[in-house]
Amino acid sequence: MLRIIVCVKIVPKPEEVSVDPETWRLDRSHARSEINPPDMNAMEIALRLKDRHGARLDILSMGPPFFDPILRVALAMGADHVTLLSDRAFGGADTLATTYTLAKGIEKLGGADLIICGEESSDGATGQVPAGLAEWLDIGQITMVHDAQVDLERRVVRGRREIKGGHEILETTLPAVLSVATACNEPRFMDYRIKEWAFDPEQVTVWGRNDIDADPDLIGAPGSPTIVSGLEEATSRERKRRFLQGSPEDIARQLSAVIRQAI
Amino acid sequence: MVQSLYGVAEETKTIWVYLERDGDTLEGVCLELLARGREMADTLGWSLEGLLLGQNISSLAHAALACGADRVYVVDHPRLADFTSEAATEAAFQAITGRRPSMFLVGVTPNGRDLAGRLAVRLRTGLNADCTDLRVNPETGVLVSEVSGFGGGILALIEMPQRRPQMATVRPGVFVPPEPDPERTGEIIFLDVDLKTTPFRTHVVERSVGEALDLTQAPVLIAGGRGVDGDFDTLRELAGLLDGEVGATRPPVDDGYVERARQIGQTGVVCRPKIAITCGVSGAFHFVVGIQDAETIIAINNDPEAPIFDYADYCIVGDVREIVPALIRELQDPRLATGNP
Ligand SMILES: Cc1cc2nc3c(=O)[nH]c(=O)nc-3n(C[C@H](O)[C@H](O)[C@H](O)COP(=O)(O)OP(=O)(O)OC[C@H]3O[C@@H](n4cnc5c(N)ncnc54)[C@H](O)[C@@H]3O)c2cc1C
Ligand SMILES: Nc1ncnc2c1ncn2[C@@H]1O[C@H](COP(=O)(O)O)[C@@H](O)[C@H]1O
Repeated sequence: MLRIIVCVKIVPKPEEVSVDPETWRLDRSHARSEINPPDMNAMEIALRLKDRHGARLDILSMGPPFFDPILRVALAMGADHVTLLSDRAFGGADTLATTYTLAKGIEKLGGADLIICGEESSDGATGQVPAGLAEWLDIGQITMVHDAQVDLERRVVRGRREIKGGHEILETTLPAVLSVATACNEPRFMDYRIKEWAFDPEQVTVWGRNDIDADPDLIGAPGSPTIVSGLEEATSRERKRRFLQGSPEDIARQLSAVIRQAI
Repeated sequence: MVQSLYGVAEETKTIWVYLERDGDTLEGVCLELLARGREMADTLGWSLEGLLLGQNISSLAHAALACGADRVYVVDHPRLADFTSEAATEAAFQAITGRRPSMFLVGVTPNGRDLAGRLAVRLRTGLNADCTDLRVNPETGVLVSEVSGFGGGILALIEMPQRRPQMATVRPGVFVPPEPDPERTGEIIFLDVDLKTTPFRTHVVERSVGEALDLTQAPVLIAGGRGVDGDFDTLRELAGLLDGEVGATRPPVDDGYVERARQIGQTGVVCRPKIAITCGVSGAFHFVVGIQDAETIIAINNDPEAPIFDYADYCIVGDVREIVPALIRELQDPRLATGNP
C-alpha cells in the first residue's frame, strides 16, 4: 500500500497578527491559528492519491502543543494519524534545523513513498523546507506541482509544474518529496461523521527529541546557523498623497494629465 | 555545535553568484545579483565570481563577465544539460567545497529554489531565503540579509557568523540590472566534477516554454485587486491604451481570474514601472513591496481609509467601476492625441 506523509504547519491567521509599534515585535497573542493554507492544497493532493490507490496517510508537524487541536482538522479531512514533534529544544529552529527535525520524524515513522509539503509557509514563505527535507532523506524532489500521478508498478511519481512561460512534467522514483503549488486545488471539507473519532486523544502522537533520536547539536537554536541580528522598521519612499476630487469625468481628466506627464 | 564543511578561517575572499541559463541568455535575476554582488565585492575589495552549470554553455560566461563578474567557473557535463536538482546540487557542492567562496547567492526561480534548498543542507550551512536586500558589513565581511517580517512593516536582518558559504536567495526585480559592458574582461575557468555516483532519479518528461511574460519591463502597470471583482477585461483595455501590462494582487490570482505570472508582491513579481495604477487594492504590505519603487503610484479605492493611499502619489476615493471606464473614455478622446484639449 502507498504510504504518504503530509507535512503540515500551523500558522497564525495573517490578518490577525499585528506589529507592536514600540518594539516592532510580532504580536500573535490575539491571532487565531489555522493550517498553513498551502498545506491544505498538499492535503488535497494526498487525499486524491488515497482515494485512487488506497494509502496510509500520516500527518507530521513540528511545533508547540497548542497545534494539536488544529491538526485534527486534517484527521477529519481523511488523514489516518497525526504525529506532532514537540519539544522545547526544537524552538528557534531555522530551515536547516527544521528540515533535520522533520526528517528524523519521517525516519522514525518508518519513511514513506511520498512526503508531500505545501509550497511555502504563510508566516515564513521561503519554501525551502521541501528541498531541504529531500536532501536529508537523500531522495528525489518535485516542487510546486499542480497535480501528481503515481505509478506503483514502476514506483515513480510524475508532477506537472508551471515554469516561466510554460510548464514542465518531471518524473522521479519513489520515495520522493513533493511540494504543491499554492491554491492549485479546492481542499475538501471536513467529514463531520468522523469528527468524534478525530478528537479521540489516540489519533495524535506527540514525540520529543529523544523519541526521534535527534542529535542535540542539530535541532533548535543550536542547530540553526542563522541569527537575527536586528529589526528595522520598513521605510518606504515619500509619496505625494494628493487626493483628487470631483466627478468621475473630472478625475479622469486630472489623471490623464498626470499620466501624460509621468510617461 | 555542528560545523559547516568549511568555516570562516578557510573561506576565500570571494562572492559567488549562481548563473542560471534562460534559453540562450542568463536569467535576469542572476544579472541583478551580479550588479549587487559587484557593489559588495568593491566595498570589501573582494572578487566577484559566477558558477555556470550545463552543457555547451560557456558562451554565457561572457555575458556574466560583461555584467561585472571577475571570473566565471564553468562546469560542462552531459548530466547538467537538463536541470535536475540532484545533479546540479552535486556539481555545485564539488565546485564550492573546492574553492570555498564566502558567499553563494541564488536567484529565486523554480530551479534556483530547488537547488538552494538542497545545497544548503548538503553544505550544512544556513540559507536566507527571499531576501529584500543584501549588504556586507565592511569590517567583518559578513553578509547581512534583509528579509521582510510577517505581515510586513518590519524588516529582520539576518547574519550567519560561523558557517560558510553564506547562502541567500533573492527574487527577480529586487535589484536593478547592470548595464553590460562588452569590453569588460575576466577569467573563464572550466571545472571538472564527478557525477558518477549521483543517482539518476529525476528526469524531465515534457517541457513546453512559450513567450514568457516579463512584468518587470512594463513601463505602465495596471494592478487589479479583489475590489475589481474579477473584471480584468476593463483593466486590459486601460493597459492597452497606455502600452502597459495588467498585474494583480494574490486573491484574483488564487481565484483564477489572472495567471499567476501576473501576481505582484512578495510572493509574486517585484516591478519598478514609471506608473502603477492600483484598482481595488487594499495595500497589504505583501503587495506593496512589489510596486513601491514605481516612479508614480495612482490608487483607486472606495474606502478612504485603505492603507494603499499611504503609498500613493494620487489618491482617488471612488468606485473602480466608474473611475476606470471614465479614464478609458478620456484617454480615447481624439482631441488628446493632438495634445490640444
Ligand atoms: C505569505 C504571504 C504572501 C503573500 N504574498 C502576496 C503577494 O505577493 N501579492 C499580493 O498581492 N498579496 C500577497 N499576499 C496576500 C496579502 O496579504 C493580501 O491579502 C492581498 O494583497 C490583498 O489583496 P487585495 O488588496 O486585492 O484584496 P483586499 O485586501 O480584499 O482589498 C480589496 C480592496 O478593494 C476595495 N474595493 C472593493 N470594491 C471596490 C470598488 N468597487 N471600487 C474600488 N475599490 C473597491 C476595498 O475597499 C479593499 O480595500 C500574501 C499573503 C501571505 C500570507
Ligand atoms: N514546522 C513545520 N512542521 C511541519 N511542516 C512544515 C513545518 N515548516 C514547514 N513545513 C512544510 O514545509 C512547507 C514549506 O514551508 P517553508 O519552507 O517554511 O515555506 C510547508 O508548506 C509545510 O508543508
